[in-house]
Amino acid sequence: MVGTIPNINLAWLVPAFPLMGFLITGLAGKHLKHNQGGIIASAMIFFSFIVSVVLFFVLRSSGQEAATVTLFNWIAVGNMNIPFAFLIDHLSLTMMLVVTGVGSLIHVYSIGYMHDDERVNSFFAQMNLFTFSMLLLVMGANYLGLFIGWEGVGLCSYLLIGFWFKNPAFNYAARKAFIMNRIGDLGFILGIILLFFTFKSVSFSEIFAQASLMHTGGPIITLITLLLLVGAVGKSAQIPLYTWLPDAMAGPTPVSALIHAATMVTAGIYMIARSSILYNLAPITLNMITAIGLTTAIVAAIIGLRQNDIKKVLAYSTVSQLGYMFLALGLGAYSSAVFHLTTHAFFKALLFLGAGSIIHAMGGEQDIRKMGGLRKKMPVTYLTFLAATLAISGIPPFSGFFSKDMILSKAFENNVILYILALGGVLLTCFYMFRLFYLVFFGEQRLAGSHPHESPKVMTIPLIILGILSVFGGFLNIPSLFGGNLNFINFLQGAVSSSRSLGTEEISSTTEIGLVILSLVLLILVIGIAYRTYVRKAILPAEDGLPMSIWSRIITNKFYIDKTYMILFEKPYSSFSNFLFNKVETKVLNPIVDGIGEATSRMGTLTRKLQRGNMSFYFFAMVAGILLFIVFILTI
Amino acid sequence: MKDISSAIQLIPLEHYILLSVALFSIGLMGVLFRRNTIIILMCIELMFNSVNLLVTAFAAYHSDPSGQVFVFFIMIVAAAEVAVGLSILVMMKRNVDSVDINLLNRLKW
Repeated sequence: MVGTIPNINLAWLVPAFPLMGFLITGLAGKHLKHNQGGIIASAMIFFSFIVSVVLFFVLRSSGQEAATVTLFNWIAVGNMNIPFAFLIDHLSLTMMLVVTGVGSLIHVYSIGYMHDDERVNSFFAQMNLFTFSMLLLVMGANYLGLFIGWEGVGLCSYLLIGFWFKNPAFNYAARKAFIMNRIGDLGFILGIILLFFTFKSVSFSEIFAQASLMHTGGPIITLITLLLLVGAVGKSAQIPLYTWLPDAMAGPTPVSALIHAATMVTAGIYMIARSSILYNLAPITLNMITAIGLTTAIVAAIIGLRQNDIKKVLAYSTVSQLGYMFLALGLGAYSSAVFHLTTHAFFKALLFLGAGSIIHAMGGEQDIRKMGGLRKKMPVTYLTFLAATLAISGIPPFSGFFSKDMILSKAFENNVILYILALGGVLLTCFYMFRLFYLVFFGEQRLAGSHPHESPKVMTIPLIILGILSVFGGFLNIPSLFGGNLNFINFLQGAVSSSRSLGTEEISSTTEIGLVILSLVLLILVIGIAYRTYVRKAILPAEDGLPMSIWSRIITNKFYIDKTYMILFEKPYSSFSNFLFNKVETKVLNPIVDGIGEATSRMGTLTRKLQRGNMSFYFFAMVAGILLFIVFILTI
Repeated sequence: MKDISSAIQLIPLEHYILLSVALFSIGLMGVLFRRNTIIILMCIELMFNSVNLLVTAFAAYHSDPSGQVFVFFIMIVAAAEVAVGLSILVMMKRNVDSVDINLLNRLKW
């Protein structure tokens, strides 16, 4: 199936560049001048991007679907043989291009954003390490390689969320992200182990070849997919493990853009899309994914309505958009999910970088109630943010429209109720995004004494490029309705198995046009409501601490989910830990260990008197010993 | 060989044993109670030689020449040991300017 393609072996360069950047900025960071670390790091990611583009054309001109690049034999124990190999196919190429493309823009942006930070070099080292891990994740040709990258991005996420580690709250957020991810990772690794026991291999090609012979809905395959799903739920921040992502906003804003919007959180989506053959065999799991995705999309959107921190709003919108991707996965529309992942990477990175630019201009202020009137002061940020807001709301012809529309029509094909709920979520998304947008850019400037200014070019140019991508990214995949031919979906066809057949026919194009017009009308209505509320009437969200109705109190407190977790898991766990510490350790274990040490030391005090260094005494002891020995022998 | 053995056998075995024990005890007492390191070394030699004497006597009474050969080995080892011992003694004299064994008490914990 896989022949040799000339120059495909260049693939090892893609992760090698970020690794090199990590080593340079990480090890020699102290010797670099202030700006050099950022330039080196950005250049490395950009080189990776170029190599990825080259690989894209190499694979395209070869006319083959996929290529495996084996670097070396990694683990060879008994009959287990796991090579360290990269799988280059259309899916991994898409991910590589997104990771390195968006990643390099964010790196360039970070040069400006992190300019005043004293640990800027270690920041770039960690960013490069993150990109390296993410590339390992998407390029790995077996589940173990994927797992290495999976853990690597988890680690880097922890490091970067806690980058400003002097603030204890940020450290807490970093730990929370790490632990939440760990719960998912446990499921994931159990899934891999079970895969190995079932298929005697962890390589994608072998597993999928064997799996295609299996029956649909077998208990083992369902268990495997469920376990892998646990990992994806943790990494991609879905209910019930999503709570880490909003808190992860403690990290510097470019980190939020790179890790918590564009790349790391998409790992779960990628993994499920990669394992699509397995998931097609497990309809129960797919239904669970649909349920999880839809619930997450709506719940996160509702929470987003009441958030007042600019990054928190974006964080909940990320959770919500990831929910849409899960919904698409659950419906078997794996390629649509990857397409939404791609457009989402563009506009969400843009939103976060725009937010970073705003925060930068406001001198660190993140509360949208204190912003306002930034339209004139920051024209570039304003325009690009507008493009991204339109894109995420799904207004045609911006990129989000095409990807969201595909998911919505898939939902409609399945079930009208699914469609209505998903559309409701889209409207909520539209509302809170425009609420944010109007509060930040329109009205009066509300923070007295601040002088917002446009960000430097090194920050605005990535914004502009991402803006262009957000506007036109959707044209990668124009549906047949608009005269296109679904290039992107067809591109992924070979790598991602096609959607499961559910017995439902394709919806007719008149219905589809009707749906598009319906959602468009509703979206414009919602934007109008947001405009009336936040621009015409200039209503500000209530100050903290004022009395609220029960409903809004529940939303403001994020459905009390964090508190519930606190009571259900954290409280019992910490009281159990306290019991172990106060009772078991101090009362039982410590005396035992101390007693052993004490006894040894006492014995030493006794016997050291024999070793006084007095030669005559040694002679005497020796002779006495010999005499005793003789007496002993003679008396027997 | 025959003459020497018979010459040795002119004296009863008990006398050799008693003489050896006496010499050995003198050496032992010297090692235990003297403080001068030279004397201690000499006493060790004395103990060696008392044993040598005994081995020779027994060998003669048994008509077994290997005992006498063994004595030569002991003498060679003793010579080597004396060389080492005396050089330690010289170093001791140089370092602490004394040959009192009780001054060598630093080797302790």
